[in-house]
Amino acid sequence: MSLLEIRDLKITFGGLDALSGLNFHVDEGEIVSVIGPNGAGKTTFFNAISGLVPPTEGEIEFEGESIVGLDPSIVTSLGIARTFQNVRLFPNMTILENVMVAQHCRTNQLLVGALLQTKAFKKEEREIRERAEEVLGFFGHRLVGYRMDQPAFALSYANRRRLEIARAMATQPRMLLLDEPVAGMNPIETAELTELIGRLRTEWGFTIVVIEHDMKVVRDVSDRVVVLDHGVPIAQGSYDEVSTDPNVIEAYLGRPVEAAS
Amino acid sequence: MSVIAAPVPSSILDQDWRKVLRWGLICGGALIAMCLVGMPVEMDRRAIIERYLSLGYLTVLFIPVLVGWVASTQVVLEGVEARKQGPFDLVTGFVVGAIGGGFLALLMVALDSWNLRDPLVNWSPKLFRFLTYENGMGFGAVAWIVTGAVLGLVGASFHIVPRTVRRVTSFVVFGLISLSILESLIDDLSEGFRLEWLDEFMFAKKGGLTVTSTIVIGAAIGVLSLVTDGRMKAATERYRNMEGVERQKTSIVLFVVIAVLCGVLPMFLGKIMNELLANVGLFLLLALGLNIVVGLAGLLDLGYVAFFAVGGYTTAVLTSPNSPWFAPELHFGIALIFVVIFATITGLVIGAPVIRMRGDYLAIVTLGFGEIIRLLFMSDWLGPYFGGAQGVTNIPGVDLGFATVKGTDPRSVFYLVLFFCAIAIYVSWRLQASRLGRAWMAIREDEQVAEAMGINTVSAKLMAFVVGAVLASFSGAVLAAKVGSVFPTSFMILVSIIILVVVIVGGMGNIAGVMVGSFVLIGVLGGPKQPGLLQEFQNFKLLIYGLLLVFMMLKRPEGLVPSARRSRELHQEEFLQDAWLQDDKLDSDDEVSVGDGGAEEQ
Repeated sequence: MSLLEIRDLKITFGGLDALSGLNFHVDEGEIVSVIGPNGAGKTTFFNAISGLVPPTEGEIEFEGESIVGLDPSIVTSLGIARTFQNVRLFPNMTILENVMVAQHCRTNQLLVGALLQTKAFKKEEREIRERAEEVLGFFGHRLVGYRMDQPAFALSYANRRRLEIARAMATQPRMLLLDEPVAGMNPIETAELTELIGRLRTEWGFTIVVIEHDMKVVRDVSDRVVVLDHGVPIAQGSYDEVSTDPNVIEAYLGRPVEAAS
Repeated sequence: MSVIAAPVPSSILDQDWRKVLRWGLICGGALIAMCLVGMPVEMDRRAIIERYLSLGYLTVLFIPVLVGWVASTQVVLEGVEARKQGPFDLVTGFVVGAIGGGFLALLMVALDSWNLRDPLVNWSPKLFRFLTYENGMGFGAVAWIVTGAVLGLVGASFHIVPRTVRRVTSFVVFGLISLSILESLIDDLSEGFRLEWLDEFMFAKKGGLTVTSTIVIGAAIGVLSLVTDGRMKAATERYRNMEGVERQKTSIVLFVVIAVLCGVLPMFLGKIMNELLANVGLFLLLALGLNIVVGLAGLLDLGYVAFFAVGGYTTAVLTSPNSPWFAPELHFGIALIFVVIFATITGLVIGAPVIRMRGDYLAIVTLGFGEIIRLLFMSDWLGPYFGGAQGVTNIPGVDLGFATVKGTDPRSVFYLVLFFCAIAIYVSWRLQASRLGRAWMAIREDEQVAEAMGINTVSAKLMAFVVGAVLASFSGAVLAAKVGSVFPTSFMILVSIIILVVVIVGGMGNIAGVMVGSFVLIGVLGGPKQPGLLQEFQNFKLLIYGLLLVFMMLKRPEGLVPSARRSRELHQEEFLQDAWLQDDKLDSDDEVSVGDGGAEEQ
């Protein structure tokens, strides 16, 4: 059975069909890329899965259970974590706090523990911190050391993207949704992050769905590529199959292949 | 780096006359506004220096000095060499002051010619006499133009005199003024410490410093300012640079010193001062609660007084024998349990419907709820239960077995308030560094993302509401026990606003800031009904609150004692520059992030 199963997903904003009848599935341990021209509905698709936008019609099942209509926080606690296309960190919290706060749904100490400083509270705080440091350590030396206590707005663009991934990892998900993880990075950083995405699967066991415009990244990381255009999937398969598909080329170029030659 | 030389004016009269005129108008406008507001006349009674200077004249005289100083300040731009300040600036100050004085002269003429008392209450012969020094118009007009010019000159000369002179004069002037204004406090303290001779030496019988003491104390302050020059700065710098254990130790010492002071000082204070401290404590307690709601969770709650009212009325009904409908006459301690319960319920009831709103909408709706609660207590409908406009009276004090806390003994009230404040400070401090505190911060930063990161924002926000509500209700309970009665008019919307001003001016999100804020605003200026140290300013309190708020928003939006996080937030650019310099030192080996500098704005 697949980890995530989407059937006939339809999302309408006013008169506009952002997604119209999308069928999609992700198997455990897969890395799937979602590509498509601007406005194809990729981010809406992520928003629908993570619960930020309620679907107009259709079914989204995670591990066989429907997650339609659940609050984003509950979806996250079920094991789906995401990053945002336009990097949305908590800019005035420190890097460490950004990652610590993401473990909210995996921890449960409330008022009493904090006020009485119970053993359980202290233990949990220690664990939260250790886990945060472990997650940050995944990105090498860039997010650890003196940087951990700097506010997130002080980070470079690439580091912000890394921190966003770290924050998503800290929610201890089963599936990661990465929205354009390498946008704005230079070629060296892109290559490095491509490798890290692979390691996220092998070392951390995450199933990953990536939205990406950089075709080199798509080619290098994905097991399977799904192409969206105007809210419908127009092709899917391996990178090589998809990249030669005439429909896809037409969607990207805006005209049929024949006319190009 | 190349430095552009600033243009050098060819003569001291080569002024930017537009600018001079503008500042002159500002000076004149401020002077006239000050007179028409009525502050000078009202405060003329209060002497600063016996026979020579009254607080009333001071409120007028400081304006030309201040404006002269500001008008002649050189704007220093980076990369541009600043022009050396000199006689040129003195001319600026002189002219600005003279224009200001001229406006006062015009006001005098107008006062003499027309009667505009109807729209302007303070347009009175009294003001005329005040302005002319009772010496006729001709003398007054000339005197004010000269005074204005001289004071403007004095203000401007501050840029020119050596630093030491500047330091000594400002210390002496501010020191003398504050000592004189704090006369009642010093009276009280010297009585408590059996130092009546000091009081007799310092102050004249009719109030104000005596001439001898002005000279002696002024000299003493001057010497002191020379001795301490640079020490304070070095000490704060050292404290700031401390790390880990050392800093913790110093903080603990500081904390213990403050705690001991709080515990011991009231013993030596008289009734009035203790009353004042108790009021400061009540508002501090409210402000600490609001600080959690606004400062940590970012929920702008303008109806905070509702919880204050619930605490007050619950205590009143449960402990007073005069409660109109149900009078179990419980002990304060037992009533407190119900106070917590009812505050929690009110927090949830008000919180649940409004919690899904954001920012301004939340502020408006809570503002409404704050009034609704007051009007409910006031209404005829609930009158049989809560006494309507008559309120609930005859609330007994707190019987502690060994002592009774009640309004007639403000010292005991202060200790009771201190106890609750300690709880509130502990709660704020512990929650800040906890799972819940972090969740609140995340919600404040970006609610949608916080939700996507697994935080149940509704319950976290409700929790903030409830914690704030309980702290406010404690304050209400103590108020009821202190005053002995509760009326709907004690819970006006103004209370909510003043608490918010306390939090903002003190430093949002910082416990020390909130403490400083309540001492400065409630202690010195006074609460909505409670007089502060500056009893003379009682009638102008709200005006000063407003001016202070505007000034702080423009010049220091992070508050008097800001939290590190907030000042970072409001000064991102400076922080980024520092971080960039530090980065250069720390990771020159980081080959990958070369080129992305780290300074993009979001």
